[in-house]
Amino acid sequence: MNRILASSRTEFVIALRNRWITISVVMMVLFSLVLSAAGSAPTGALGADKLSVTVASLTSLAVYLVPLVALLMSFDAIAGEIERGTLSLVLTYPVARGELLLGKFIAHLAILAIAVAAGYGIAALTAVVSDTNALVGLPALLRLFWSSILLGATFLGIGYGISAFSRRPGAAAGLVIGLWLVLIVLYDLGLLAAIVADDGGAFTTGYFPWLLIGNPADAFRIYNLAMSEATAAAAGLTGAANSIPPLYALISIAVWPVIATTLAWATFRKVTP
Amino acid sequence: MCLTLSQVTKRYDDRTVLDAVSFDVNAGERVALLGHNGAGKSTLMKIILGLIPANEGTVSVLGHAPGSIIAKTGTAYLPENAAFHPALTGQEQLCHYLRLRGEPTKHATPLLERVGLGPAAKRRIGTYSKGMRQRVGLAQALIGKPRLLVLDEPTSGLDPVSRREFYVILDELAAQGTAILLSSHALTEVEARTDRIVILSSGVMVANDTLANLRRRASLPIRLQVSATTGNADEVASKLSGDRRNGVMVDLVCNSEEKLARLGDISALGSLVEDVDVIPPSLEDIYSHFSKGGGA
Repeated sequence: MNRILASSRTEFVIALRNRWITISVVMMVLFSLVLSAAGSAPTGALGADKLSVTVASLTSLAVYLVPLVALLMSFDAIAGEIERGTLSLVLTYPVARGELLLGKFIAHLAILAIAVAAGYGIAALTAVVSDTNALVGLPALLRLFWSSILLGATFLGIGYGISAFSRRPGAAAGLVIGLWLVLIVLYDLGLLAAIVADDGGAFTTGYFPWLLIGNPADAFRIYNLAMSEATAAAAGLTGAANSIPPLYALISIAVWPVIATTLAWATFRKVTP
Repeated sequence: MCLTLSQVTKRYDDRTVLDAVSFDVNAGERVALLGHNGAGKSTLMKIILGLIPANEGTVSVLGHAPGSIIAKTGTAYLPENAAFHPALTGQEQLCHYLRLRGEPTKHATPLLERVGLGPAAKRRIGTYSKGMRQRVGLAQALIGKPRLLVLDEPTSGLDPVSRREFYVILDELAAQGTAILLSSHALTEVEARTDRIVILSSGVMVANDTLANLRRRASLPIRLQVSATTGNADEVASKLSGDRRNGVMVDLVCNSEEKLARLGDISALGSLVEDVDVIPPSLEDIYSHFSKGGGA
């Protein structure tokens, strides 16, 4: 345990020096502020409290931003150590590879939690200040917070896996951006195109809900929007997935971090420095 | 026995990088691993450290398999061109390594002072010179009194004074019973600093002996350099049937059995000779003799 925490501590110091903590906090806060300013318009029409609406907007933001920040923090984790030549030395220490990876994971997840808490905190604060009824939406905000951490954990694991697989930071950076684009942006568009082509056939009723829930980012969105009962504030594909029970989405977002980190560990085990 | 290698063979595809290499390193022994670039030195070290597996043969590190927790706990490694995260200070980096070995972090300062990095401890490693990074590497290798020390080109990038200090530290460790295996290109510096020399040539171990024994086995010629008194170089050269090198110097070459007889010839010349130097074959000569297959 001490060895894991030793790695976490060092990773945290490195992230602090490299301004990664500052960058991710500023990014989350900035986007949250813009969103809560823009998202204040539909409140009256929906009759929902302001924080619940903010949570719905933040959900759409988090789907893009949390995976991005997690991937940007993790792509260098193993490839960078290989390139600098620091990995071969640390692997001769009495430390298991799993412990090294877990140490990095804890540090990066803590940084992500700080950034997410700062962003959501600011957004919640502006909501509460302008609407005294907004505290009703607090459970939704907390739910959004911990599910964002789980989403981040999934993408940290994916990032480590890509980092170990590609062995070079440049290649790893390209791969994570490509993956982000595919999983977060193109995946939904692809499903949408398939639904249109299918025109209410077997795909739409049989495979589509599972494909949607199989993507950690979509599962995250479905879960938060379904639970916050502010689904009407969200447009797009998720509305079509109303039939999916939120429990399935919850299972998906809880299981994905385990799958992703296990895959990362399995890939890292095969790396020869 | 701290390190035992038996018939260690490593192949990449159909290329044999190490071919049945066998040798031991005892406690307190300093063994130099010599060889050209690509002779298999670094590969051998990685196998000893458990970073890569051997295809055949067995390796025993402190009585355990390489890469096992006990082997790793007792072994320290200094990689070639030791690298660290540039954003960390020397102090932070060393504290990190101390924590990984379960040692108290208060040892960081004395360790850094021991390798001469005391004043730079609070500076980021990104600002260090190559020699300073190498010292951080040495400091981390000294953590927890290792029983086996594996050093890959440890003095590359160090200035002559630092090299001397480095070998003083190694001698102290060896005196305390640490087994040391170090690879080097700088043959002259390992000459006086190691107990035994292992020479690898294209993955084959061509020599494993003390320097004195290697000299004897190679039986390379000895050079006698005779300084003639002024104006007598030609006479000295003709009487000793040697080659005149310049105005005063005459070179003679003989094998070790003839050496005393030749020295007798020289002293018989009396006042014609001012001085004589005996130059034994250098480690470079011995090294190229064995690495060309002379000892096989």
